[in-house]
Amino acid sequence: MEQSQTANDGLRVVIGLGSCGIAAGAQDVKDAFVNALAAHKVEASLEDTGCNGACHREPIVEVYQGSDHWTYGGVTVKQVDEIVEKHLKGGAPIEEWTLQKGPLAPEVEAFFSKQKRIALANCGVIDPEKIEDYLAQDGYVALKTALADNDRDKVIAEMLDSGLRGRGGGGFPTGLKWKFTKGATGDQKYIICNADEGDPGAFMDRSILEGDPHAVLEGMAIAGFATGATAAYIYCRAEYPLAIARLRIAIVQAEERNLLGEKINGSEFTFKIKIKEGAGAFVCGEETALIFSIEGHRGMPRKRPPFPANSGLFGKPTNINNVETLANVPWILRNGGAAFAAMGTEKSKGSKVFALAGKIKRGGLVEVPMGITIREILEEIGGGSDTGAPLKAVQMGGPSGGCIPAKLFDTRVDYDEVTRTGAIMGSGGMVVMDETSCMVDIAKFFLDFTQKESCGKCTFCRVGTLRMLEILERISEGKGKMSDLDLLEELAHKIKETSLCGLGQTAPNPVLTTLKYFRHEYEAHVESQRCPAKVCKPLLTYSIDADKCTGCTLCSRVCPVHCITGTKKEVHVLDQAACTKCGSCSEVCKDDAIHIE
Amino acid sequence: MNGDTPATDFTPVDALVDQFGSGMEATIPLLQGIQDEFGFLPLDAIRYLTTKTGIPASHLFGVATFYNRFRLTPVGKNMIRVCLGTACHVQGGGRVHTVTREILEMEDEADTTADRLFTVEPVACLGCCSLAPVVMVNQTTHGRLDAPATRKLIRKYNKAEKKATAEQS
Ligand SMILES: Cc1cc2nc3c(=O)[nH]c(=O)nc-3n(C[C@H](O)[C@H](O)[C@H](O)COP(=O)(O)O)c2cc1C
Repeated sequence: MEQSQTANDGLRVVIGLGSCGIAAGAQDVKDAFVNALAAHKVEASLEDTGCNGACHREPIVEVYQGSDHWTYGGVTVKQVDEIVEKHLKGGAPIEEWTLQKGPLAPEVEAFFSKQKRIALANCGVIDPEKIEDYLAQDGYVALKTALADNDRDKVIAEMLDSGLRGRGGGGFPTGLKWKFTKGATGDQKYIICNADEGDPGAFMDRSILEGDPHAVLEGMAIAGFATGATAAYIYCRAEYPLAIARLRIAIVQAEERNLLGEKINGSEFTFKIKIKEGAGAFVCGEETALIFSIEGHRGMPRKRPPFPANSGLFGKPTNINNVETLANVPWILRNGGAAFAAMGTEKSKGSKVFALAGKIKRGGLVEVPMGITIREILEEIGGGSDTGAPLKAVQMGGPSGGCIPAKLFDTRVDYDEVTRTGAIMGSGGMVVMDETSCMVDIAKFFLDFTQKESCGKCTFCRVGTLRMLEILERISEGKGKMSDLDLLEELAHKIKETSLCGLGQTAPNPVLTTLKYFRHEYEAHVESQRCPAKVCKPLLTYSIDADKCTGCTLCSRVCPVHCITGTKKEVHVLDQAACTKCGSCSEVCKDDAIHIE
Repeated sequence: MNGDTPATDFTPVDALVDQFGSGMEATIPLLQGIQDEFGFLPLDAIRYLTTKTGIPASHLFGVATFYNRFRLTPVGKNMIRVCLGTACHVQGGGRVHTVTREILEMEDEADTTADRLFTVEPVACLGCCSLAPVVMVNQTTHGRLDAPATRKLIRKYNKAEKKATAEQS
């Protein structure tokens, strides 16, 4: 994006400008660098890159000079001037602010050392808006080689050898899917890249699209060549404007170099990619719903078969793959399927990207070899909980997945092992919970989501999820009965059995897994009207601890219903009858004097 | 709600039809274009689109009411998107939402303030999970919020807007 100025000794300042970096203030930091470089008359090229995954340390700024490389983390606008003056101009890195030498160095090392980066290899390394950067990392070599060899079966054989399974949640072998589409008859075939990433709590695909869009385009073109498709769509959710913008730039750049478009790289293969923006419907991540959406309809799933491979977009053979799946393809073809299959477990090969979020110290995006344990990811890479309290569970697979309790953290990351716990591998969201998270509340959260997002076609999914939600609401208000727990289970199984698509078939999973592993929490809500994690508001009582209250008046000023009274410097009183349990008082109290029971 | 704003100038719709065509598969891009133009989908614009393209109004409404991003009522001057995805939820996004509405003195069911300066929209996930909880005001994302920080943030926007409006009149 930025024109490189004549830099001194190749001095480069690279700033991570993914959505998360920008949200953490990276754009302001970049603007500050522009000003500071000018003010100190330092010549350096200021460049952008995507997210390197260490979202917990954003904004991240890297300085390259000759063979020297320094990374600054958590950079604030105020620090920029000093970095420019002392380091860029004076040649003395401010070591305590860097991630290599600073106090956080061991943590950064822990975050990265267990990772194995394939899909994320270029994220946070290259400038996603420059095709030259991608080309310099062997970009488009796999496509060019495949076109030069002109052997579609060889490409598919390589994909089959790799053992790559779909990263969108289903886990279907990618090579096999390509083979089916190749074998299908049709005058026109399509490739679709599923970039709908609807699972709330997941951002793997966003980071790949923002950080390395060309890898996805190259993967799509290879899929097109192998299956015989000449036209393609990327269906991207509208909540990802930066990803869409970078994809558009990448497509234009690839077309300019004849790496997409007519007769690619002098071959007979033509491949054109269009972008379709989603309009906000979780169910449109499901492949048949997605196809209806591209065709301009309401996104309601249909019965399969016929599978999209035989009858997909506009009734033509269509191959649908997820973003991360496609991003792995160029690496696999460059390094061979066997190299990919060398990593992982018997039935789950390669690496998988996870989005670590929730009550975790080092949240962000991590790519790990399959077969690693959940414990290694959460404790060694993620550093345990952000509060220091023990971890209680991890939610995997979003609304279709389940909560895996701490006692099962030795479960390996493997499609079948994770499924055995009642959760699913899913697309890669990992939301971590500690003892301040209520499992009834989490189950209610997901049911609320799926209930709203159900397209309404199947009765049990439409009405059954609502009934389940009502029961959960009742329980979280302390009005549940023990028989409700059985009713939840009964409804859960009926919804799973009678729903057409994955949404309904998996919607009850969050409830079933929490009931299985955390039944005692449900029982506490029902039998003793108590929320052990102190999350369910109707079950809490607020009072003021007279020994601790210093009469600072903060709470009485913030209380929206004015139920706290008292004069300055004297102990305040809270009227429980009027209290709406909003929690405002405890949020502002500096003396820990608000007692919650 | 007032979706029936008086007929305005629909020439932008013509341009959209030129760009996307009038086939069925143009439905969503056309509606997105109209919403970008007007901030919402005015009834008259949908009717106009039907005359112009021949796509049945029932189909257009069916699509418009299916997808969350489409809205049939006008938006406020500023858009506040409060993320209620999983990560934001476990980190207190619900409180951030409540506090935002409190500060803007929003009525129970309303999604837009009475003075039409702000629309508050809960969204499923903005994808900045490690900065949870997150709020997006227009194009700017604010992360790692708690209730006091949210109060401060929303008050700042509200004050700036009120001041700007007062200066105008
Ligand atoms: C309710 C529902 C939502 C889904 N959402 C997504 C999604 O957001 N992204 C995705 O890649 N796959 C999603 N899928 C899976 C797709 O249907 C499909 O299996 C996938 O795109 C195939 O690509 P893959 O084989 O590369 O994983 C969803 C499935 C269901 C049932």
